Amino acid sequence: MFSSLDGRRVAQAAVFALGLLSAVAASAQAMPKDGAIVGIGRAATPKEIAAWDIDVRPDFKGLPKGSGSVAQGMDIWEGKCAQCHGIFGESNEVFSPLVGGTTAEDVKTGKVARLLDEAYPGRTTLMKVASISTLWDYIHRAMPWTAPKSLKPDEVYAVTAYLLNMGGVLPDNFVLSDQTIAQAQARMPNRNGMTLEHGMWPGKGLKTTGKPDVKAVACMKNCEAEPKVASFLPDFARNAHGNLAEQSRIVGAQLGVDTTRPAGAAPTPAAVAAVPAKAPEAGGSAAVMPILQKNACTACHGIDNKIVGPAYRDVARKYAGRADAVAYLTGKIKAGGSGVWGAVPMPPQALPEADAKLVAQWLADGAKK
Amino acid sequence: MSNHDRDDPPQGGRSGRLLKAPENFVYPQGVRTVFAEAKQGRRDFIRRAFASAVAGGAAAGASLSAGAQSNPVTTEGGDPNILELPEHSKALGQGVATEGYGKPSKFESNLQRRPSPGLTQTTQSSVSFAPLQSLFGIVTPSGLHFERHHQGWWDIDPSKHRLMVNGSDDRLVKTPKIFTMDEIMRLPSVSRFHFIECGANSGMEWGNVAVPTVQYSHGMLSCSEFTGVPLKILLDLCGVDYKRGRYVLAEGADGSSMTRTIPMELIESGEVFVAYGQNGEMLRPENGYPLRLVVPGVQGVSWVKYLRRIEVGDAPYATKDEAVHYIDLLPGGLHRQYTSIQECKSVVTTPSGGQVLLDKGFYNITGLAWSGRGKVTKVDVSVDGGRNWRPARIEGVAMSKSLTRFNIDWVWDGRPALIQSRATDETGYVQPSYKRLREVRGKRSIYHNNAIQSWLVQESGEVKNVQLS
Repeated sequence: MFSSLDGRRVAQAAVFALGLLSAVAASAQAMPKDGAIVGIGRAATPKEIAAWDIDVRPDFKGLPKGSGSVAQGMDIWEGKCAQCHGIFGESNEVFSPLVGGTTAEDVKTGKVARLLDEAYPGRTTLMKVASISTLWDYIHRAMPWTAPKSLKPDEVYAVTAYLLNMGGVLPDNFVLSDQTIAQAQARMPNRNGMTLEHGMWPGKGLKTTGKPDVKAVACMKNCEAEPKVASFLPDFARNAHGNLAEQSRIVGAQLGVDTTRPAGAAPTPAAVAAVPAKAPEAGGSAAVMPILQKNACTACHGIDNKIVGPAYRDVARKYAGRADAVAYLTGKIKAGGSGVWGAVPMPPQALPEADAKLVAQWLADGAKK
Repeated sequence: MSNHDRDDPPQGGRSGRLLKAPENFVYPQGVRTVFAEAKQGRRDFIRRAFASAVAGGAAAGASLSAGAQSNPVTTEGGDPNILELPEHSKALGQGVATEGYGKPSKFESNLQRRPSPGLTQTTQSSVSFAPLQSLFGIVTPSGLHFERHHQGWWDIDPSKHRLMVNGSDDRLVKTPKIFTMDEIMRLPSVSRFHFIECGANSGMEWGNVAVPTVQYSHGMLSCSEFTGVPLKILLDLCGVDYKRGRYVLAEGADGSSMTRTIPMELIESGEVFVAYGQNGEMLRPENGYPLRLVVPGVQGVSWVKYLRRIEVGDAPYATKDEAVHYIDLLPGGLHRQYTSIQECKSVVTTPSGGQVLLDKGFYNITGLAWSGRGKVTKVDVSVDGGRNWRPARIEGVAMSKSLTRFNIDWVWDGRPALIQSRATDETGYVQPSYKRLREVRGKRSIYHNNAIQSWLVQESGEVKNVQLS
């Protein structure tokens, strides 16, 4: 029997030997001989492939037949997209803006000029995307956000057309289809805006430069001039990420800084009390959270924060004194509405009456966490 | 050194919203304020700090007490933690299997993965950062692994999960196939340590300092031992035309059905695998349970979670996350597309921003290094802002495309210090300074920020995230 020390040495030697093998050689060990694996996997049926193979490439491989007009797209947009993306695709309330920052000149040149303007705030989707297939593919596979894959191909054509119309890329009377999509591609404002001049693609198929662009040397002595600090967080942001003392282990070489106190204050004593994990409040959201998540309510409402719709706490406060709050809120959840909290409508929710009532009761009780 | 800092009202000067998912944070007003203030004459802040240290001035706030505060001797002749026997030394402890699945100590509850306030408006398209400042070694505990979801996470029944392999045309794959989890887990498996880093890690810091701690500056980084089946084995079972099929598309089963293009070279090398295991157990739901792709050295977005389909293709796909996001804006107005490799990078995890050193004396500077091109061969550490460097000790054997832990001794004399680390990988690539990186790529790339990180240890012992000019 060898000592534990010997055992460790053997283990280290084994790790070291493994480390010396190249990735290719290491993988070769795992690769079985041709024909060695039998009885695993079965042929996919055409129906199965059709159900899942939905990708569309820039050369339009995978694009289904169909069509949709700008006008049709506007109707779908206002019903299903505007809540998050804004009536004009301009909103940054939930996601980055889709539309804005492109010009008629960009449509001609295929390069978005604003990308050169460092003062321009943010970059919209239409300023960046070069390929119309990307828009079609992603709207089809992932939109609307709370009901992905629910749009039919004709609806995807229509929404894509309307999105590009809002960006001034396609005219009002345009009908986007598998036949006209190449025409639309030729008008994409940033279609010439991509480059493969980099060394960060781990393959040979793409014509990249293949070499790192940034070169540094590992100087060891008297390398730089006297260092000057050019950027740091201002004092007002000191506690912006919460108390850092509560984000580190309570023992160790260093402790977290107590950011509730000003910089330079005496170090906090070592015995910082452990912060217990969030304790749920009595009568809290545990019972309703599965309902809220299942019905994608949390996509638009936060407990404490407004997203598209109001925060649950704000709803609770507004109706705190109302005797028929449960009945009223149950009705609102089921029927939807607009105007009370702003212009963006809340669609009617198709959840069981009992679930809606449970949520309404929780709201009436103060929307506790 | 707070006397020359303005007393800004909280949130003062901020307008509009802090923006969005990590690939979108550009120009938050607060960040601008920082930059403007730095420009207007606080640049020599460190010089003043050095000067006051030499003069022995008390400008920097509380001076450190001589004795180690964490190990006091009391006037009673001893430490009450020793003299008064604690409960756990005098009574019966708890029984086996009190917890069928054990949890960390209740005293460790400060270690949480956390979102960065104001970064995103929703929790389902968002990110949480791993607490690197409190982790040891190279393995990220699965429950602290960073998260990035595009349309919310799911806990998927593995008995109903399927993987499909097909081709973008009929000739690329001889027999498109369906595999169950049972079948995938019967195949020859590999277990390998690899890092996963979001392409937008450190993205908030391209222009200037924006976050206080290493959790938020570098925490979209984790490392696990993943177990699974080389994708090549599955492709071979289906019969792939490797001559024409030089790309694969990986696709997820969740709402966003994430897709990314991966070059066939990485699959032919045997490196890419479909993983079900993570640190000895199954993947966590937040990390793609029951099946995800592992693409060593490549940014996290390509490690598709809830993997449902692999398509062999003869052209790249320009998916949303390689045509709208995860593209790198250059100073000339062009975007780099299909940037995938995470280049060599390192960071000191302690001491790091938001920590406080309680006393002068000995410290172990420790940190992490990694490279998407292979093994880390060397890590150098500077405590004077990059003027002089010493090689650090690499802990154990550096593995390819894995995190590597480094350590180096340091005695803190109580004066301001600027701590940095700089990694070199087996291709000879050296991690650049911010200055070098920005000379080539400007400040608006968002992705692939692998610059050297600087931490300023102030006289008060408090450590600050800083960038040097």
